[in-house]
Amino acid sequence: MTMIDIAALDDIPREGARVVRTALGCIAVFRTADDRVFALDDRCPHKGGPLSEGIVHGSLVTCPLHGMVFDLATGLAQGADTGSVATHPARVERGRVLIGLEVMRARPAA
Amino acid sequence: MKQRLVVIGAGMASGRMLEHLFEAGFDGEVTLFNAEPRGNYNRLMLSPVLSGEKTYDQIVTHDAGWYESHGVDCRFGEPVVKIDRENKVVYSAQGGVPYDALVIATGSAPFILPVPGKDLPGVCTYRDLEDTNAMIAASRPGAKAVVIGGGLLGLEAAAGMAARGAEVTVIHLMGHLMERQLDPAAGYLLQKDLEARGIRIHCKGATKAILGRDRVEAVLLEDGTVYDADLVCMAVGIRPEVRLAHDAHLEVGRGIVVDDQMRTSDPAIYALGECVEHDKQLFGLVAPLYDQAKVLAATLLGQEAAFKPVQTATKLKVTGVDLFSAGDFAEAPGREDIVFRDPGRGVYKRLILEGERLIGAVMYGDTADGSWFFDLIRQGKDVSDLRDTLIFGPAYAGGPTANPLAAVAALPPEAEICGCNGVCKGRIVQAIEGGATTLDMVRAQTKASASCGTCTGLVEQVMALTLGDGFTANANPPMCKCTDHTHEDVRRLIKSRGLKSIPAVMQELGWKTSGGCATCRPALNYYLLSDWPLEYRDDRQSRFVNERNHANIQKDGTYSVVPRMWGGVTTPAELRAIADAAEKYAVPMVKVTGGQRIDLLGVRKEDLPAIWADLNAAGMVSGHAYAKGLRTVKTCVGTEFCRFGTQDSTGLGIKLEKLLWGAWTPAKVKLAVSGCPRNCAEATCKDVGVVCVESGYQIGVAGAAGMDVKETEPLLTVATEDEVLEVVAAFIQLYRENARYLHRIYKWVAKVGLDWCRAQVADPAARAALVERFRISQSVYQTDPWAEHAARPADWAPVADLTLRAAE
Repeated sequence: MTMIDIAALDDIPREGARVVRTALGCIAVFRTADDRVFALDDRCPHKGGPLSEGIVHGSLVTCPLHGMVFDLATGLAQGADTGSVATHPARVERGRVLIGLEVMRARPAA
Repeated sequence: MKQRLVVIGAGMASGRMLEHLFEAGFDGEVTLFNAEPRGNYNRLMLSPVLSGEKTYDQIVTHDAGWYESHGVDCRFGEPVVKIDRENKVVYSAQGGVPYDALVIATGSAPFILPVPGKDLPGVCTYRDLEDTNAMIAASRPGAKAVVIGGGLLGLEAAAGMAARGAEVTVIHLMGHLMERQLDPAAGYLLQKDLEARGIRIHCKGATKAILGRDRVEAVLLEDGTVYDADLVCMAVGIRPEVRLAHDAHLEVGRGIVVDDQMRTSDPAIYALGECVEHDKQLFGLVAPLYDQAKVLAATLLGQEAAFKPVQTATKLKVTGVDLFSAGDFAEAPGREDIVFRDPGRGVYKRLILEGERLIGAVMYGDTADGSWFFDLIRQGKDVSDLRDTLIFGPAYAGGPTANPLAAVAALPPEAEICGCNGVCKGRIVQAIEGGATTLDMVRAQTKASASCGTCTGLVEQVMALTLGDGFTANANPPMCKCTDHTHEDVRRLIKSRGLKSIPAVMQELGWKTSGGCATCRPALNYYLLSDWPLEYRDDRQSRFVNERNHANIQKDGTYSVVPRMWGGVTTPAELRAIADAAEKYAVPMVKVTGGQRIDLLGVRKEDLPAIWADLNAAGMVSGHAYAKGLRTVKTCVGTEFCRFGTQDSTGLGIKLEKLLWGAWTPAKVKLAVSGCPRNCAEATCKDVGVVCVESGYQIGVAGAAGMDVKETEPLLTVATEDEVLEVVAAFIQLYRENARYLHRIYKWVAKVGLDWCRAQVADPAARAALVERFRISQSVYQTDPWAEHAARPADWAPVADLTLRAAE
């Protein structure tokens, strides 16, 4: 797995997200209140809402458009909703955020 | 020939290693270097020395007699300057000592913030006896000390100096104290305890510079705050002391890299303690260091041993502060929380379960069961049988599961239900039997659950038992699944108990989740900024996207931008600037809104700062078209041009908009001013509508023209423009202070009654007080958000662009 250094941890606000642009679409990189990071496609499967703009609570994010809630680690919709968002490897090393590129390549171009 | 062992550093880890060696009958020649001019003492006990509870002599672990009896050649106060690996010789300034085996135990060095003034006399760290003595000398009563860093060491330093009478301020970069060991709720309780001891805590504070001419005088923060200081203690972290190892070309990562036998990349050189890195991990707590000491002693004796890091637990050594944290307490999928809060006693406990196992615990206020939990974490035992009563500790482990209603039924009549007001069960039953059939009636008659509200559930259980089927639970549902309190209760309690942060509300009101949810967080953020405009700071991450980005998100993820157009009046210059911006940023649609202004739709997020900068330059500010706040004041042309106009409705509309813009409200607020009863501005279906007549101004409120359509109801009729401005500001403030989040004015008025609202704004004293509170809030919040955000365009763009890279 190629891990790519995309930003300093502090570039992402706690309980917030920043976007990484890739050839295969945008990826939302989230930071939780306790400094864990997660990378998910920045697209809600419901109506394409930008998940990076949702409210982050615990390890969940609520889509800003219609309020679907996703687990940041598994990408699975919570509660009565179904559906999922693709997740990508992400970790913090010495204050830098790394995300996995191989999975992005493997996915078919949208 | 005897084995020659040289040890660099006389700290707790190497001291323990020597003990193990000598106990096992090691008969080599030991030379012990130490940069500090003394032998080994218990560094963990420096805090009691600082606070005056112990003396240095009491914390010495190895005295001169011990070293002599074991034949250790002590070179104290003699720092090692070089390791010659080829010839196996260690050099100090006094000369070389040859070795067969070398142990590096140089520990760690405090991290020094690279800010101006860091080298001024009066700036110290907290690492050794010299630092401790410097702080003791500076801590005379009345002296001012600033501690930078609200972690374990910083807080112990702060508490020690405060105990000696100094006025101490702690500056901490993060949002809550000890964020590595504590979650926000426990961090809040800790802050409250320390503040009660007179220690000032400044979280989210970044140090910009240490000020002073010949010695330290003050500390300046990035936000402009200045704290006077006679002494500054930097306790922002430590880093492994690896310089010797690095110069000797040993493998060094963050620390000196060692294997399971504590051997470095040179087979004759070993390392242990805070200077090492094992399996990519560093070590700061004493338990794993003692394990390393045991392993290294065995290795040196030729025995088999391997170091395996174990879980560690943290306690803060400040007398009277009970705090415990162990294991992993981060939230993650598949993990569940059990949270217990007792606001009255300041107790917070959180257990983190993964499957059937307990993996972490954070406790504050009552840590008596800490070691029991810690044991469960280390053993990795299946706790599913204990789960129902786990949080109550070993005393209840495995006991019968209690039915809450049966437990309340079993209570005797004299049992206290409401601790705040001293109301017992018998008194509540008496009130219910006397006809109090709703919670509000019980509250009114007995005062039970009328103060902190945490006994509301208990009171309802007493009602359910007494009324049987006649009881229906409170029709007003709780705010969200995180709490049993209603919006109204939360608002009331925030004010009555002086709660000034989201963690404070969650702790004191017994939140059932650790970080809230997308429903309660925006509501709490609003209540706090509305009630404490000067103390509370807006939490951007608790805001819905539109308010966080100061633009309206559209279905395709683009935004709409609406500049303010005061009273719907614009100029050719403004129109030109809007047209230029629309072309420059290729805005797909330019539309006139229902509120008499122009909407630029389809702007990309990364273009927002630039388009705002352009519109700002043309003199325009945000129209808050996205806000739960003042939107527009729609006007007709009034006496200026209209042949029917009775007053200057356009001018009054502009004055109202200039008075009210920027204020956050529970839901959006729309106004209109019509110049005559023909009502061209449609003022009679607005949240607040003014209709001008010959004799003055009719102010109507609580109209609606959305999901519900409703005509305004008359609030007051006044004679002058000044009175209109005062009444409207007072009414909006009344709404801000009392309504629940997301309730439009008409819903709120239907609940509290128009008569009550009128009584508040008609009474001159009450009106003046409301206007004054509104003015104070506006002094903070009436600022153009665009100007601030346009200055930081990088925050709005993608943080990285991998499009080229991925296409390689």
